[in-house]
Amino acid sequence: MAAHAEADFRTRLQAWLPKLVLSPSLALIFVFVYGFILFTVYVSFTDSRILPFVDKNGQQTFDLIGFSNYEKLFRLSHWEIALGNMAVFAGLYIVICTAIGLLLAIFLDQKIRGEGALRPLYLYPMALSFIVTGTAWKWFLDPGIGLENILQAWGWESFSFDWIKNRDFAIYTIVLAAVWQTSGFVMAMFLAGLRGIDNEILKAAQMDGASNWNLYRRIIIPQLRPAFLSAFVILAHLAIKTFDLVIAMTGGGPGRATELPATFMYSYTFSRNQMGIGAASAVIMLMTIAAIMIPYLYAELKEKK
Amino acid sequence: MAAATQDSAVRTGRVTRMLIYLVLLLFALFYMLPLYVMLVNSVKPLDEITGGGMMSLPAQWTLEPWLKAWSTAQIGVQPTGLRPYFWNSISMVVPAVAISTVLGALNGYVLTKWRFRGDTILFGLMLFACFIPFQIVLIPMAAVLGTLGLAGSTAGLVLVHVVYGVGFTTLYFRNYYAVFPTELVRAAQIDGAGFFQIFWRILLPSSGPIAVVSVIWQFTNIWNDFLFGASFASGDGAPMTVALNNLVQSSTGVKEYNVHFAGAILAALPTLLVYIVAGRYFVRGLMAGSVKG
Repeated sequence: MAAHAEADFRTRLQAWLPKLVLSPSLALIFVFVYGFILFTVYVSFTDSRILPFVDKNGQQTFDLIGFSNYEKLFRLSHWEIALGNMAVFAGLYIVICTAIGLLLAIFLDQKIRGEGALRPLYLYPMALSFIVTGTAWKWFLDPGIGLENILQAWGWESFSFDWIKNRDFAIYTIVLAAVWQTSGFVMAMFLAGLRGIDNEILKAAQMDGASNWNLYRRIIIPQLRPAFLSAFVILAHLAIKTFDLVIAMTGGGPGRATELPATFMYSYTFSRNQMGIGAASAVIMLMTIAAIMIPYLYAELKEKK
Repeated sequence: MAAATQDSAVRTGRVTRMLIYLVLLLFALFYMLPLYVMLVNSVKPLDEITGGGMMSLPAQWTLEPWLKAWSTAQIGVQPTGLRPYFWNSISMVVPAVAISTVLGALNGYVLTKWRFRGDTILFGLMLFACFIPFQIVLIPMAAVLGTLGLAGSTAGLVLVHVVYGVGFTTLYFRNYYAVFPTELVRAAQIDGAGFFQIFWRILLPSSGPIAVVSVIWQFTNIWNDFLFGASFASGDGAPMTVALNNLVQSSTGVKEYNVHFAGAILAALPTLLVYIVAGRYFVRGLMAGSVKG
């Protein structure tokens, strides 16, 4: 009897074991991701200013105030500037990275001698921290010691390049550094796409007298649609999350010229003691990314089944 | 990525080829530029940099900036250099990578070989967690770490990086195990092998390549993290990236660019080494990040 019960228990344990093994990770994700998202949404409806939420006497330090934070947020010129900068930054970053990535991939795909040596040179920036590369760009673009100073010392005395210190142009230096960091990765995605195209179709088209230009325009590039889509999703999501690079290069300045939603959220939450508004801005960021990621992940997972 | 160049159908003339090589080489120079700037200026005296010689090789070579960045530069209250922060990062990265990779392997195993109703939705929820902007969790995380007494500690950062890394490691192992023959698992099951026995004897021995991808990806991401480090670890507990930023942004005294560049290379060295030694695994990890298995 006892032996029987034990065997029964073991089979049941075996049946439950997979779910049991998965559960710690799921619990972590549900609490620390989805629970925390709900919590931040809640905070965004309160007038909380700083942590902790409960003072020494156990009194709650905040009140619910409905949508006020969102109303305030969208009236703040600071947030408006951050959104405007994000539009400029994300637009240029996505377009330039895609263009460079595609160009390099097509060129590298022409049976290039030394491809094996070039590829790692294009890709290594992805392995580095944005703080590291931001530091390098910050000083290289600095008018005092960097490019301007170098060219002046080489004899071009009227040369001037102060974009990183110039309110109207600083955002473009962030674009430059960000493109430098990720365009090689986009190249790798397109190259993988190019290598997956069936060569027979291309040969047939060429027999029919299609020029190289037409070959790419009509046949090859349309077949890269999945690579374009993946590149867009990855780049858009990286653009919205951009934070370290701005901190390292300009700190959001000069003035607010390179302020982005991520830096806005950080400063309102941790240095300006306006946590409710910080939370509201984080919710807006999440919704933007979700609008891009959820359809993409949904399609990817459905397709794979 | 490792596929050899195919017999391409596209034919190009001699002039076009010259132009193609030229463009490719110019881009190679562009990508090398910041690394060159960092390396060459980390071994020269300060006055050579400020005198307009940022692009030149050092007239006088010196290791002084490296020594200073490593052991005597003023970062926190004490002039400790980056050394203690380097070790902070190591003691954060090693457990975080190990734990998240083990969890990812087990999750991938369950999600492919022990499928149950609703598993795809659960996986989708884990996957979406990889892509959230982390700003959305900063406030509650700060509150929770404060309550648990983990604020500012390495243990707190390990927890954070395990939580937000496990989605990616699960993705890697799931995609890898998805093509592993399920018949082998069923056969072992019929022979009476249990859940862990099958994992240990059948799947694990062939998991080498994906474990490498997962470890490299996690190592790079966690080492390079700045947002969590800056938000949850202050002062002496800060990781390397935060310390480097403090060094570069410090507004007191003369700006020692050569020390900043040496510090930047010190902060880049571990991930750069990983990239040089195992670059193709790193690329594979990146590509899997675009979800396709």
